[in-house]
Amino acid sequence: MIRMTTPITNDDVERLYAGEKVLISGTIYTARDQAHIRLLTEERPAFDIDGSVIFYVGPTPARGGNPIGSSGPTSSYRMDNITSNLMQQGLKLMIGKGDRSEAFRQEMMKYKSVYLIATGGAGALLASTVLSSKTIMYEDLGAEAIRELTVKDFPCFVAYDIHGGNIFQR
Amino acid sequence: MRKISGDIITKAVKEAVIKINYNLDNSLVARIQKAKEHETNQTASAILDDILANQEIAGKGEFPLCQDTGVVVVFAELGRDIYLEHDLEASINEGVRQGYQEGYLRKSIVNHPFNRENTQDNTPAIIHTRVVAGSSLKLKIAAKGGGSENMSLVKMLTPAEGIEGVKKLVLDTIFHAGGKPCPPIIVGLGLGGNLEKSALLAKEAILRPLDDHHDDPIIASLENELYEEINKLGVGPMGVGGETTCLAVKINTYPMHIASLPVAINIQCHSARHTEVIL
Repeated sequence: MIRMTTPITNDDVERLYAGEKVLISGTIYTARDQAHIRLLTEERPAFDIDGSVIFYVGPTPARGGNPIGSSGPTSSYRMDNITSNLMQQGLKLMIGKGDRSEAFRQEMMKYKSVYLIATGGAGALLASTVLSSKTIMYEDLGAEAIRELTVKDFPCFVAYDIHGGNIFQR
Repeated sequence: MRKISGDIITKAVKEAVIKINYNLDNSLVARIQKAKEHETNQTASAILDDILANQEIAGKGEFPLCQDTGVVVVFAELGRDIYLEHDLEASINEGVRQGYQEGYLRKSIVNHPFNRENTQDNTPAIIHTRVVAGSSLKLKIAAKGGGSENMSLVKMLTPAEGIEGVKKLVLDTIFHAGGKPCPPIIVGLGLGGNLEKSALLAKEAILRPLDDHHDDPIIASLENELYEEINKLGVGPMGVGGETTCLAVKINTYPMHIASLPVAINIQCHSARHTEVIL
């Protein structure tokens, strides 16, 4: 098991191999389908992409004093064709679920980005590692808005590493 | 004639959607625990631990099990001796509206294939109504996630393709879906009927109790065989490999045209949320 704190460096990325469990602490950003499309076509992101981590999630509304509601990953393949420019700008880790296209995997290795999976459906478990949450872009998108999360020991697994490893290979 | 008011239906639906979104059925948890005991793949085993830890946290009532709190699907069996004081669909949708608001559940329904404007209250539910004998109203209520639904399909096979054709289609579909539908999954198969009937059969199949067996020995045996074969595919929890791809296979059948063999595959993720209410 590897512990990792944001921002993520190229050295951090080199240390990750498919199948390993990783616990992430620090700042991560939420974005899914519509947020990616807007980032691609409308405006510059309101956060530093270089060294960043993006978690594909659309949480449930937060109850009471909780910073966020249930927060499990959504299927990542839908972001395959709209991620390239973010990787070019230094996006280092992407967290979602399920496999992705071969073309995406090649691009990811080229830009030294790593794809991790969190346990799909484990939204309550993952939310329990979120210390704070703030919407920073696209509030009108509701569950799909971009949030800045502070997390402690957010659990995931390396799916595709930059050395050619692939957890889904059967 | 027995009267049932809309308020009673609304309250039942509201309470049901909140309850199922925070609690997994005990029989499902037991299946996951049993699968974990037999799982030799280390990553797969760690993922099953995550799933078990998740349901304990969710059961305390602050976080739903999954962020995708689903589209509400209702199979309503309306006794013919009932007089409904209000419109059935409106009463059910009001329950969904109240439950998704009061339960802090995600509103995941958009109103148009392309405009995709969120309806803000998770309505409308998808409602299938049958009129049956008796004077009670049975509601089978599910919160069905989008990830697993997206990997489902209907295919019209030729009768000559037969049982082998069905097996091949199911195994190919589950293999190619990989981790996307959040395995370990429950597979619902609808065999027969026509295009739309097969899909309904498959959907109702995933709502069956996990431990039951089909009355028809040929179908019961196919359920067992597919369960074994799917778990040999090596997809594993979240697609990472291992022995735990599927927790159950349930098949429902219906007579069909001499020219047809419709097959519908409805995939249910491990967060299998459904309940039954009788009013």
